[in-house]
Amino acid sequence: MNKELTIKIGGEAGQGLVTIGTVLSNLFSRGGWYVFASQDYESRIRGGHNIYQMRIADHPIWAMSERLDVLVALDRETLRLHFSELHDKSVVIYDGEKIQAAPPGGKAKLISLPMDRIARECGDPILANTVAVAATVGLFGYGLGYLEEYLRRVFGKKGDRVLKENIQAAQRGYEEAERICQREGEACPFKLCPLDVPAKILLSGNEGVALGALAAGCKFYSGYPMTPSTNILTYMASKADQFGVVVEQAEDEIAAINMVIGASFAGARAMTATSGGGFDLMTEGLSLAGMTETPIVIVLGQRPGPATGLPTRTEQAELRYAIHASHGEFPRLVLAPGTPEQGFYLTAHAFNQAEKYQIPVIILTDQYLADSYFTLDRPLDLQKITIDRYLLSDDELSRMSDEYRRYALTSSGISPRAIPGQSRHLVMADSDEHDEFGHIIEDRQTRSRQVAKRMKKEQMMEQDILPPNIYGHLKAKNMIICWGSTWGVAHEAMTRLHDEGKDVAMLHFTQVWPFPSRQVRDVLKDRDELICIENNASGQMASLIREKTGLAVDQKILQADGRPFSVQYLFETIQEVIG
Amino acid sequence: MLSREEYHSGVKEAWCPGCGNFGILNAEKKALVELQLAPEKILIVSGIGQAGKFPHYLRCNFFNGLHGRALPVALAAKLANPELTVIVHNGDGDCYGEGGNHLIHTIRRNPDITCIVHNNKVYGLTKGQASPTSDKGFKTKVQPYGVIHEPLNPLALAISLDCSFVARGYVGDLQFLAELIKAGIQHKGFALIDILQPCPTFNRVNTFRWYEERVYHLEEDREFDPKNQLKAFHKALEWGERIPLGVFYLHPKPTMEEQIPALAAGPLYRQKIKPSKVLDIMEELSASSSSFG
Repeated sequence: MNKELTIKIGGEAGQGLVTIGTVLSNLFSRGGWYVFASQDYESRIRGGHNIYQMRIADHPIWAMSERLDVLVALDRETLRLHFSELHDKSVVIYDGEKIQAAPPGGKAKLISLPMDRIARECGDPILANTVAVAATVGLFGYGLGYLEEYLRRVFGKKGDRVLKENIQAAQRGYEEAERICQREGEACPFKLCPLDVPAKILLSGNEGVALGALAAGCKFYSGYPMTPSTNILTYMASKADQFGVVVEQAEDEIAAINMVIGASFAGARAMTATSGGGFDLMTEGLSLAGMTETPIVIVLGQRPGPATGLPTRTEQAELRYAIHASHGEFPRLVLAPGTPEQGFYLTAHAFNQAEKYQIPVIILTDQYLADSYFTLDRPLDLQKITIDRYLLSDDELSRMSDEYRRYALTSSGISPRAIPGQSRHLVMADSDEHDEFGHIIEDRQTRSRQVAKRMKKEQMMEQDILPPNIYGHLKAKNMIICWGSTWGVAHEAMTRLHDEGKDVAMLHFTQVWPFPSRQVRDVLKDRDELICIENNASGQMASLIREKTGLAVDQKILQADGRPFSVQYLFETIQEVIG
Repeated sequence: MLSREEYHSGVKEAWCPGCGNFGILNAEKKALVELQLAPEKILIVSGIGQAGKFPHYLRCNFFNGLHGRALPVALAAKLANPELTVIVHNGDGDCYGEGGNHLIHTIRRNPDITCIVHNNKVYGLTKGQASPTSDKGFKTKVQPYGVIHEPLNPLALAISLDCSFVARGYVGDLQFLAELIKAGIQHKGFALIDILQPCPTFNRVNTFRWYEERVYHLEEDREFDPKNQLKAFHKALEWGERIPLGVFYLHPKPTMEEQIPALAAGPLYRQKIKPSKVLDIMEELSASSSSFG
């Protein structure tokens, strides 16, 4: 049996390749396999060329492999574009009756399966997706059990006929694949069976973040649809009843962030998510949250800019932007999860920090992390989630004899927070510079005191700083540096280099602001090579490290073509650097 | 029994002498006393402009936000805590210019909010530029040959969007204005009250005298029925020789907050947070591996 396998499904948008891909991902993770699945799609609903790829392994994986073992081609274009990626033992599954021109023979094994005809014979051309899934698992000898179970769960409620047709299509597709394998002997060199381990769980980056928000008690969510953050909006809406969340689609991102601020001011934990262009519109509101000291959480799912850029693809070019966006000076926290699991815990952490320091918190993800499906190594642990709201209690407010001051000057810079309507105390917030009560002022003394109060919070945030994590040998001479979504691919490249005897470790940032300067300086000084890996053109983290620690990061591996790094590329490039 | 003094904030008003805003402040205090609404139950959300300063001069909870952005803040605060009486104060540039998109969509949502627009047909805080409601021909330093654009008609816009309460007041008619504000607050649903007010500093055309010669009460027209959207729209187009005041349009309908299941359990900030429900999702996921199913 194989230990690892990579499958690509290619076709036009609207052909059902995402359905085929997601169902296959499901069947393998149900069978205990680790799955990593990602999409490469164009900004269109029909046509074009799109890819759903998945890597399956019996050990943990967090990135895509460059190897292509099985290609499921739903159109001729897929054969043309991906044929060069195949190796000697690769298998290509296609419908030879539908895709007339057979691909050039040679290195890969071509298996033509009449998916369309079988689907029609079973009653409906739409069943071709079910046939394709069944045929693929049929080639591996994976059994039909999980697929049948899946079809029953999904189509069971749609009536007997639909379910029966699907089961029949699955059986025919599976048998056809088996027949081809028997007829041609070693037609498919890949064998996969369900493992004798518990089923695995698949989670995307966006789902990890959304679940973190739900666990943290996010009660208000508002957003304007924008790739790659739209499905956080969709996810929150789908769970709104279960968790008692108010979800509102805003008229624009300006409204979205102002709504989040209004909801938070009135006492609800609140979040919005967007991408760079929408975040542009939110920067005015971000500043408002800073000035009024209203806790909010913003998810910024990066995609390649400037302007509309490559709407459905990935980039990490908004690190500096997230840190510096908005007019005026105010403290903020910027977090950058590397996996859906980190996204879950960091989002819950974001809500606590937002309320502790009464600041905006930005969660920096990107299309690659947002859309990719990762296998959870262990179930999400709710014991690790605490909910600390740092609000004045009803009791404290009823005992308060003085008039409540929303912006009271304190040694920490944090003013005790009350909610309007909670008690007889009035809560007054102002975007103008204000006195302790929240009333407009113009005088320099009050202004200076309030500026100092707000900025003091940033110093206090030091105590909660999440330093970057080191992976691999602590004393390694060569250090790979990365942040956010490159965690998985960098980790695998580092592990492979290490296995080949290279003296290399990895430093990964999940908190990028306030910058953990002291910890980074301590970790990075006295290394031979610092190699920064970033999905952007200018090396923003490398320059930030220089700015904050004085240490020069001389080696930068940058990629701004809209695609994520591959393990192979990083492996080879880092090897060249460290020799 | 709440007296008028309960609503005095003690903060000195930073408006020009003779500003129409003083009238709005007086009328609103009168309405609040009559409604006996406790200051801690009221949330005023304002934008930026002369109207934006309003809540500093009236004792209550307030959020003085950004220019044009009062409505989204107010909407979400109302959703987070429907027990609050939420009143928005913004100006004509604020609500009809910078925040025009928010006005359109907040009307569509119909939250139980009273939106009061201080309409002096000119930009005050930035010193005298034309506003979206300035009449054609109105001369300013930016529009030296007079405004060439059509003025925005807020009442016609709101009525066309089936806004559930649409009214126009005038600061020269305080008793009537207080009644309108009271009716707007009592109305369950989104109430837009456009208030005509002279700007003694920057608008030398639409003066008290100019208005006194033109305004009349809609009630004088016995035929008029505020429940008829077409008639209301027709009335909203009347401007010039005669300017109607009063409730133009009234369409009671379910509010946004009444239609949201999550709010049945009370204000969001009082609701218990139940992280353990994530375990249910984890269980669903391990039964199906991913949420695609």
